Amino acid sequence: MNRALPLLRRRLLSSLPVLLIVVFGSFLLLEAAPGDAVDAYLVTIGGDAGLAAQLRQKWGLDQSAWARFSAFATALAHGDLGWSVAFSRPIRDVILERLPNTLLLMGAATALSFGLGSLLGIVAGARPGSIRDRALSVASLALYAVPGFWLGLVLIVVFAIELRWLPLGGIETIASSKTGLDRALDIARHLVLPVAALGFIYLALYLRVMRAGMAEVWRMDFVLALRARGLSRRRVVLAHVARNALLPLVTMLGLQSAAMLGGSVVIESVFAVPGIGRLAHEAVAARDVPLLLGIILSSAVLVVIVNLLVDIAYAALDPRVGASGERV
Amino acid sequence: MNILRISRRGLLGGAAAIGALAALPIPAFAQEAKKGGRLIVAADSEPRNLNPAIIASNGVFFVSSKVVEPLAEATFDGLEGRLATAWEGSEDGRSVTFTLREGVTWHDGKPFTSADVAFSALEVWKKLQNLGRVVFKDLEAVDTPDGNTAVFRFARPTPFQLIRNALPALTAVVPRHLYEGTDIAANPANVAPVGTGPFRFAEHKAGEYYRLVRNETYWDKDLPHVDEIIYRVLPDRAAAAGAIEADEVQLAAFSAVPLADLDRISKVPGIEVVTAGYEALTYQLVVEINHRRKELADVKVRQAIAHAIDKDFVVKTIFLGYAAAATGPVPKNDVQFYTADVPQYAFDPAKANALLDGAGYPRGADGTRFALKLLPAPYFNETKQFGDYLRQALAEIGIDATIVNNDAAAHQKAVYTDHDFDIAVAPPVFRGDPAISTTILVQSGIPDGVPFSNQGGYANAEIDALIEKAAGTLDEEARIGLYHDFQKLVAADLPLINVAEWGFTTVKRSSVKNVANNPRWAVSNWADVWLDA
Repeated sequence: MNRALPLLRRRLLSSLPVLLIVVFGSFLLLEAAPGDAVDAYLVTIGGDAGLAAQLRQKWGLDQSAWARFSAFATALAHGDLGWSVAFSRPIRDVILERLPNTLLLMGAATALSFGLGSLLGIVAGARPGSIRDRALSVASLALYAVPGFWLGLVLIVVFAIELRWLPLGGIETIASSKTGLDRALDIARHLVLPVAALGFIYLALYLRVMRAGMAEVWRMDFVLALRARGLSRRRVVLAHVARNALLPLVTMLGLQSAAMLGGSVVIESVFAVPGIGRLAHEAVAARDVPLLLGIILSSAVLVVIVNLLVDIAYAALDPRVGASGERV
Repeated sequence: MNILRISRRGLLGGAAAIGALAALPIPAFAQEAKKGGRLIVAADSEPRNLNPAIIASNGVFFVSSKVVEPLAEATFDGLEGRLATAWEGSEDGRSVTFTLREGVTWHDGKPFTSADVAFSALEVWKKLQNLGRVVFKDLEAVDTPDGNTAVFRFARPTPFQLIRNALPALTAVVPRHLYEGTDIAANPANVAPVGTGPFRFAEHKAGEYYRLVRNETYWDKDLPHVDEIIYRVLPDRAAAAGAIEADEVQLAAFSAVPLADLDRISKVPGIEVVTAGYEALTYQLVVEINHRRKELADVKVRQAIAHAIDKDFVVKTIFLGYAAAATGPVPKNDVQFYTADVPQYAFDPAKANALLDGAGYPRGADGTRFALKLLPAPYFNETKQFGDYLRQALAEIGIDATIVNNDAAAHQKAVYTDHDFDIAVAPPVFRGDPAISTTILVQSGIPDGVPFSNQGGYANAEIDALIEKAAGTLDEEARIGLYHDFQKLVAADLPLINVAEWGFTTVKRSSVKNVANNPRWAVSNWADVWLDA
């Protein structure tokens, strides 16, 4: 994979301006939101004007927006994300503590929607226009139209409350002192419902792209030639049509990683998963600007990395891409 | 009933009434309390500071009241001792003497003494606490003649009644040896509190849970009953109801289960809905008024708005019956201060229209008299729903209200700092004495930015004088009389409109026993709670 290294370096460099724009834009948006961290804090505790002034000074909120942003940017350049006033802890610690949960949730949900979505897409695309194809299309679109929180709540009612097969929330059994494999299994059990809720919603996209790609490939001359040569339909579907339709799906994978992060805000709240999606919501409510910037920055880095992996996978899957990618 | 328990009425008698005494025995129940078990409770938020001596709020107390104890706790009849066993006010109102409980140790093993009380009072309650900065502002010194006596000395005569009423919520005692000489507001014990209570703070996993464990060396040798209390963080309210049904959580307090779910969930076998236990934590639904608006500065307009609100409809439809209609700034369930003898505003749109016509605001061609900006507080479903109702009610009398929805931080800034509102819906809390957090709602001269205070620009010299006089009146009947006058004046002049008052509901599994046995139950120490597993 020595082809990947220059790609990685170039990609990270070209991402820097994007990351800067993301951070500065988010900062401006939060500045435009009425109320600051002290206002949000006073709501929870009451307190008088003297306290508010004291807190603003202590938290550096009495300075101008530009001074605060440059302080944040300077610290960031030194690799320091700063201090979260909402959690009274370093932002890096707060984010690193929650990131694994979100990665686990997103990774599993992506695998589910990609795996099952493309599989069902193959089933649908094997005979475009068939009953099976139409039924799958309608069902997947219905799922796609369902709001994430609602699907989550329905799954909770059915599987956690009525059937009691699965826990209704959290990332693991509370204070259970489980370790090793037991703990891994425990976390897996807790992730079943949130992963299903998040994964099923995006499943439709993969299914549709797979099916559409296959429908297009079917019309190509080489398929006609293959069939004329007497290849079995099964072999044509799997080895030629599906394979050629797979590439756009990999592109989708990169694009969807950002959407997944957005969806995880809702799903993490419904299932009480302590991840960075929910953390972002808490940061906005508390007007903790540096924390939110930290979350957005790490999410942006995450999306860049995922897309980079997708490109590397692309290069491996399709030699034409790797060759042209090297030249630019 | 226990004859040692002193009644609130009894307390009102003498200025120097001697407060209650040693630990009161737990009333006998039909069932014998069982020991052990883990109680899992739903929590909807995670306070960043768990020190109740600094932040006297219900969200903090919910967790920390089991760890850090106040001098005394409220009962349905008055007070019962916690870290203090007796309290006595002097005739001149300049001092209060507390006799402290002996043989109490902090969770880290150090002995509890009067020095801890003196430190907490002077350095924490008076200087840092949101409510204590008002109530203890005249506290000059705390003498500690011996390890079990603390004498509070006030620069100005301070009503003993006010101090007593403040004991449950404002007097959490923190250990001097951990706080002295440090930056108190940034002390690590604020996030992992050390106290004398029946439970020790064990751990907090951010986003997941708080864990408290049994204090084996609690001063009341028979308590607590349960081994562990876990506060499980469930940010989604619908999920909190589900967690109780699935038996993953055994209790949800502070109406964590939405009112609309109560009817259904109360029919589930093994689940009970309890409305008691919040009598001393009454929230008030209030229409805040910006008196800077010319129209609203006219008392006739304010009266018209009061007549336009159907309080019974609000109680029945928005609170589903879990509330009571309000008459004035003191809630009905406060037996000490409440008076019903105040001007009342019956639901009467015709009268409201007549008042507005008389005030010189006739309906225009489109049927509208004038327009208002209405900001409902976002903290509760009910405040938001009441905002919608109020808009309709005002439309009936020709006032066109536009609703502006904000989140908590934005609402705080718009109403209490920028005064960018005409009317707002607020949920202030009545805390057992009007001087703690109620008079501030109508008093003038409060700086901008103070939440839950008069930010509507209202100034009434008569009311201000009354508040000032009550603050220095030592005779308890006289002080109550002044607050009766206060209620009458507020109801007559309507600096704000009190619509309804509500306590919360607790939803619990039947296996959780001794729930709601005091008027601040959710924020009391839960030492006697047990699980019938």
